[in-house]
Amino acid sequence: MTPITQKLSSIRKLDRKTTAQILRVSAHMLSLYALALLLLDYSRNNLGADPVREILLRTGEPALVLLILSLAVTPLTLLFGWKQLHPLRRIFGLYAFLYVALHLLTFIWLDYGLNLAYILDGILEQNFVLVGFAAFVLLLPLAITSNKWSQRKLGKKWKTLHKLVYIIILLALIHFWWLVKNVYYMPFLYSAIVTVLLLLRWQPVKQKVLRFQHRPRNRQSAIRNP
Amino acid sequence: MLIKKRTGIEIPSSEITPQHLYLSRRQFMAGAALATTAGLLAACGAGGAPEEANTAAVNSGNGGTAVSATTDELGDPLNTYDEITNYNNYYEFNTTKDGPARLAKDFPTTPWQVEVGGMVKNPKTYAMEDLLKFDQEERIYRLRCVEAWSMVIPWVGFPLAKLLNEVEPTADAKYVRFETVYDPDNMPGQRGRMFPWPYVEGLTVEEAMQDLTILSTGLYGETLLPQNGAPIRLVVPWKYGFKSIKAIVKIELVDYMPTSLWMESAPTEYGFYANVNPEVNHPRWSQATERRIGELGRRPTLLFNGYAEQVAHLYPDPKYDTNLKPRGS
Repeated sequence: MTPITQKLSSIRKLDRKTTAQILRVSAHMLSLYALALLLLDYSRNNLGADPVREILLRTGEPALVLLILSLAVTPLTLLFGWKQLHPLRRIFGLYAFLYVALHLLTFIWLDYGLNLAYILDGILEQNFVLVGFAAFVLLLPLAITSNKWSQRKLGKKWKTLHKLVYIIILLALIHFWWLVKNVYYMPFLYSAIVTVLLLLRWQPVKQKVLRFQHRPRNRQSAIRNP
Repeated sequence: MLIKKRTGIEIPSSEITPQHLYLSRRQFMAGAALATTAGLLAACGAGGAPEEANTAAVNSGNGGTAVSATTDELGDPLNTYDEITNYNNYYEFNTTKDGPARLAKDFPTTPWQVEVGGMVKNPKTYAMEDLLKFDQEERIYRLRCVEAWSMVIPWVGFPLAKLLNEVEPTADAKYVRFETVYDPDNMPGQRGRMFPWPYVEGLTVEEAMQDLTILSTGLYGETLLPQNGAPIRLVVPWKYGFKSIKAIVKIELVDYMPTSLWMESAPTEYGFYANVNPEVNHPRWSQATERRIGELGRRPTLLFNGYAEQVAHLYPDPKYDTNLKPRGS
C-alpha cells in the first residue's frame, strides 16, 4: 500500500465513523423530539382541558412510530445497502420502550390514580388495554437484553427472542384499532406501513427486490465488458 | 420512576391523590369567580336538586361567571367555562377535542329556526327568538361522555316538555326524532363521508317529557357558543353525551324508533337508549369509571349518571338496550 492510498483509506474510515456518529445523534434527537415537545407543552400549561388524555396520546403514538422505525431499518439496509443504519435498530427500539413505559405509567398513575381496583377493571374489562399491556410485557425482555453482553451471552437465542418484536408490533396496531372511535385513518396508515415492512422481510418478496436491484448493475457491466 | 428522572413531566403527588385538596382549590376558584357577581352569593352553597337550582341566569357578559351554585347537587365542583368551551366532541367540525372551538368560531347561528312537526296537533316552525321566550332556567348537570370522561356544566335552557306541550303530540306519537343542521359549507366535518350526516338522535316521548330533559341555549349564564351546540341543543343528563344532539333544526314526533347517527354507523356499539350504566360496558371499553375533566385519577360512574331517582322508573325492563352486553355476560 502506498502512503497515499493509506491516507485515503484512513479518511474513508473516519468518514464512516463520522457518519455513524451523525446518524446516532440524529436518531437520539428524533426519538426525543416528541417527549421534548410534550414537556414543553406541559411546562407552558398547553395540554388542553384533559392533559391526561393528551399525555396518553403523545406517549402512545411516538412509541408506535419508533417501533415502526426500528422495524424499518432492516428493509432499508436491504433496499439501499445502508449498512450504517444498523445500530439505529437498538436506539429506536429502546426509545419505543421508554415511550411505552411512560404511556403505561400515565395510564396507571395519572389516569387511574394508582387505584388497583380501577386499574384491574381498566386492564381486564378493556381488550384494547389488555393487548397494549401484553405488548409492554413482551417488550420488557427485549429492552433488558438490548446490550452487547446479553447478545453474546444468549448467542443464537438472542435473535429468536428478538423476533418477539413482530408480535409486539401487531399487538400495538390492534391496540390502536380497538381504541379509536370509528375514525380509522391513522390505524390504517400505520398498518399499511407495517404491512410493507413485513412483506419486505418475506423471502419471495425479498428475493424479487434483490434481483431487481442487481439487474441494472449487471446490465451496465455487460455493456462495459462485451 | 422513569418519569421523575426525566424532569418536568412529574405532577406533584399532592395534585394526584387527595381529592379534598383538589376540590377545595376548585371551590376556591369558583368562589372567587362568584364573588365578582355580587348578589348571587346568597344562592351559593352545597346546591340542591336541579329543580331547586332554577335561579334564572343573568347574562353578566363577563366570561361566564353567572351561576347560582359552585357545585352540582352531589357537591362536585362545576367545570370551568374554559374547559367546557374548549373540550368538545363535535364531529361536524372535526374529531379532535380542541378543534371544534377553533373551527366553529364563525359558525352562523342567526337567523335560526327549528321545525317542530310530525305527529303533533299544532306543527310550528319556531324562530330562535320564539324559543328564547320560554322561561330560561339554570340546570347544573353532569355530562358523561361514552368515552368515559365527564364534566359538570351549568346549562341554561328550558324543559323540552314545555315545547312539546305547545305542539301537542298525538296519541300515536311514540318517539321524538331530532336532527342537526346540515351545513357542510360551515361544518368541515360534514364534508367527509365517514358518517351519514346530518346527525340524528331520538328519545321516547316519555324520556322527552321528563323534567330533566332540556333544550339548552346557554351555559354559565352566557349564550351558547357554537362548539357547545349553539344556538340550541338537547341535554339529557342520564344518557351518554352523544344523545344530547347539537345545533337542532328539526324536531319530529314519530311512531317508530329513530335510528341515530351512531346506531347507523356502529350498530354493534351504540344503542338507542344509551343510558349511563357502569354495569354495561361499551363493547370495547369499560364504563365502570370515568375521568372528570380537571381531575387526576378516576371516579366510579353512577347508574343513570346519578339521576336514577328521577328516571329509573322509565326503564322497567333491564334488557331495553338489547345490543349492549352487561358485564360478565
